[in-house]
Amino acid sequence: MPKMYSQSRPDHVSKDRVPKNETINFILNYSKALSVISYKNVKFEALLN
Amino acid sequence: MNKTPNSDALLVSAYMNGDESALGELVTRHKQRIYSFIYSKVYNRDVAEDVFQDTFIKVIRTLKRGKYNEEGKFLPWVMRIAHNLVIDHFRKNNRMPKFENNDDFNIFSVLHDGSLNVENRMIKSQVENDVKNLIHELPDDQKEVLVMRIYKDMSFKEISEQTGVSINTALGRMRYALINLRKVIDKHNIVLTN
Repeated sequence: MPKMYSQSRPDHVSKDRVPKNETINFILNYSKALSVISYKNVKFEALLN
Repeated sequence: MNKTPNSDALLVSAYMNGDESALGELVTRHKQRIYSFIYSKVYNRDVAEDVFQDTFIKVIRTLKRGKYNEEGKFLPWVMRIAHNLVIDHFRKNNRMPKFENNDDFNIFSVLHDGSLNVENRMIKSQVENDVKNLIHELPDDQKEVLVMRIYKDMSFKEISEQTGVSINTALGRMRYALINLRKVIDKHNIVLTN
């Protein structure tokens, strides 16, 4: 039998991999906190807590 | 393009008009594909989480600034952002490479710190102290030659000039100094190794 010189990564990519809920919540909260204000063709970002 | 009630395009447009829940639906819909894509490149959960988060921060900022042109390609656009951020991650890491050990090879088998650890440094200083104390027990003439030779690193010619004895006498005193030291060490079973 031929030798295998390549080795697959032990932690194979699973189809079920999803980000943590904390990450999702952070993204949604960031979105709620971020507002873009336009003033004379200039856009300002404001991050409100 | 056919805009079904739940199409990405409709959700993006709703989000750009201020409907925050539309973003939640977009994230829920595509999180698995985007996250798996990132993970398949970086092979690290924490890094994948970071890149995923940065990807959506970029998406949110672009959408809120109204810079996104809807062409029915929301997911490919997000994937492109994720792809670029993965490249950024590797560029950044190449500047400061990280080495991870695995079962086949351990970097510490070839790299080692030659300096003594704290315990060995203490032992070394104790040994040196013991040797100094033993030298103090030697007769003065032998002690003088030994100190000049070992601690002051003088040649036997210099020692003979300084002490006013011949080189042979200095050599003999050195020889007896070492023999006497060995005798004392053997007699008292003193361990002088680190």
